[in-house]
Amino acid sequence: MERDGIAIKGTRQGLLITLGEGPWEAQMDTLTRRLEKGAAFFRGGRAALDVGSRPLDEVQIRQVRDLLAQYRVDLWAVQSTADATILAAVRLGLSPILGPEEAAGRAESQGGREEAPIPPAGGLVVERTVRSGQRIEHPGDIIVIGDVHAGAEIIAGRHVIVWGKLHGVVHAGALGDESAVVCALDLAPTQLRIADHIARSPEERRRRPAPEMARVHRGRIEAVPWPHR
Amino acid sequence: MSARVVTITSGKGGVGKTTVTANLGVALAMRGQRVVTIDADIGLRNLDVMLGLENRIVYDLVDAVEGRCRLRQALVRDKRLQELYLLPAAQTRDKSAVRAEDMVRICDELRESFDFLLVDSPAGIEQGFRNALAPADEVLIVTNPEVAAVRDADRIIGLIEAEGKGPARLIINRLKPELVRRGDMLETEAVLELLAIDLIGIIPEDEAVIVAANTGRPVAFTDNSPAGRAFHQIARRLLGEEVPFIPLKEPSFLERLFRWMRSEGEEQG
Repeated sequence: MERDGIAIKGTRQGLLITLGEGPWEAQMDTLTRRLEKGAAFFRGGRAALDVGSRPLDEVQIRQVRDLLAQYRVDLWAVQSTADATILAAVRLGLSPILGPEEAAGRAESQGGREEAPIPPAGGLVVERTVRSGQRIEHPGDIIVIGDVHAGAEIIAGRHVIVWGKLHGVVHAGALGDESAVVCALDLAPTQLRIADHIARSPEERRRRPAPEMARVHRGRIEAVPWPHR
Repeated sequence: MSARVVTITSGKGGVGKTTVTANLGVALAMRGQRVVTIDADIGLRNLDVMLGLENRIVYDLVDAVEGRCRLRQALVRDKRLQELYLLPAAQTRDKSAVRAEDMVRICDELRESFDFLLVDSPAGIEQGFRNALAPADEVLIVTNPEVAAVRDADRIIGLIEAEGKGPARLIINRLKPELVRRGDMLETEAVLELLAIDLIGIIPEDEAVIVAANTGRPVAFTDNSPAGRAFHQIARRLLGEEVPFIPLKEPSFLERLFRWMRSEGEEQG
């Protein structure tokens, strides 16, 4: 079954698709055939993609995601030892799994032990500076340990927490959750959205950056200093 | 001995990538380094003009890539410095004439015989930029102290980091000290805070640079212009020397007073 270089196995966290060595186009053709054959079995599932050390860009990962979507399989994570691949995955809002032996594969080998059910979307931790032109999307919470520069976009289904400066565009509760909040050590976004509400930072320059939390209150976005006094 | 491939890029156009490449090439070659400046801006070549070598071009980068000449034949030797060469871009083709693999192959072929390969990247974030970035060991980002240029530099730094090519170092070009003093231009500290990368040089606005560009004699050839001196400082930093940054901002009266009081205090203590 693994002669064609692609392994698909079931884990507790859904499917784990492991790509082989060959050229990219051939791998995609093989994956298409495999999905075609087992279409009924795969439908409605979710999958993690293990690409080993192969460097993939956003276009390629998007290609896999779209291909899987055709068979109603939801790509949720990308596992790789290549930084470029992980970064591309993060930019597409997929959960990154760094290293060869992490979560997705290990879940199965742990055998019969009972595991807590995984919520449909957990948190995504981004430990780097998010620069202009970079966009991070995630259906759950997004936590950035670093700065979010002007020109960057953070879009979360739930809360956004930035341990650093937040100067880009941020959208919390992007799927309509009005209870979502945005917290930052220096909350000065170009634009701040929560659910359907939009706010801009005040035009005048700020005195001293202070931690703040923005939330929807009486139908409007308001930012309050943190800790709340 | 293997050359360091240094790519000079910016995102935004017109900030001075080609000027920086030409002058760093001159400054490094004057310090005994064997240097090839490579014009990766296929279709909009300028580096040859800046270096005053336009009329010596026989073959170009695309000729070498497509096998119409040997790579060595495409190198144009500088008319003043023995160890400075130019690999010119083709003017009649476009970015699609060269692939990233071609740039890597060309640079690998040159590595053995030189100390520095300076790749002048085209503006933008498309294929031409990707080609220039592919062979890089190190990256220098050129920006101006303006919000738009800094924003584009940030974008480029993100792309470089995603390619695993960092950490990039920053050159702030065309700084006008008197504008900074009046508060009408971004200060160096503000630029560095916005971009969060290391600084390798600050080049002051200098009319001599414009004159030099038109005459094909980069300012780094002489020591009598502020910009020329700044390029030599960057060259020395590239070679690993610790060169202090000269403050371009003249100290205000209060700062002078404070410094004087501090030095008085030190003498007494």
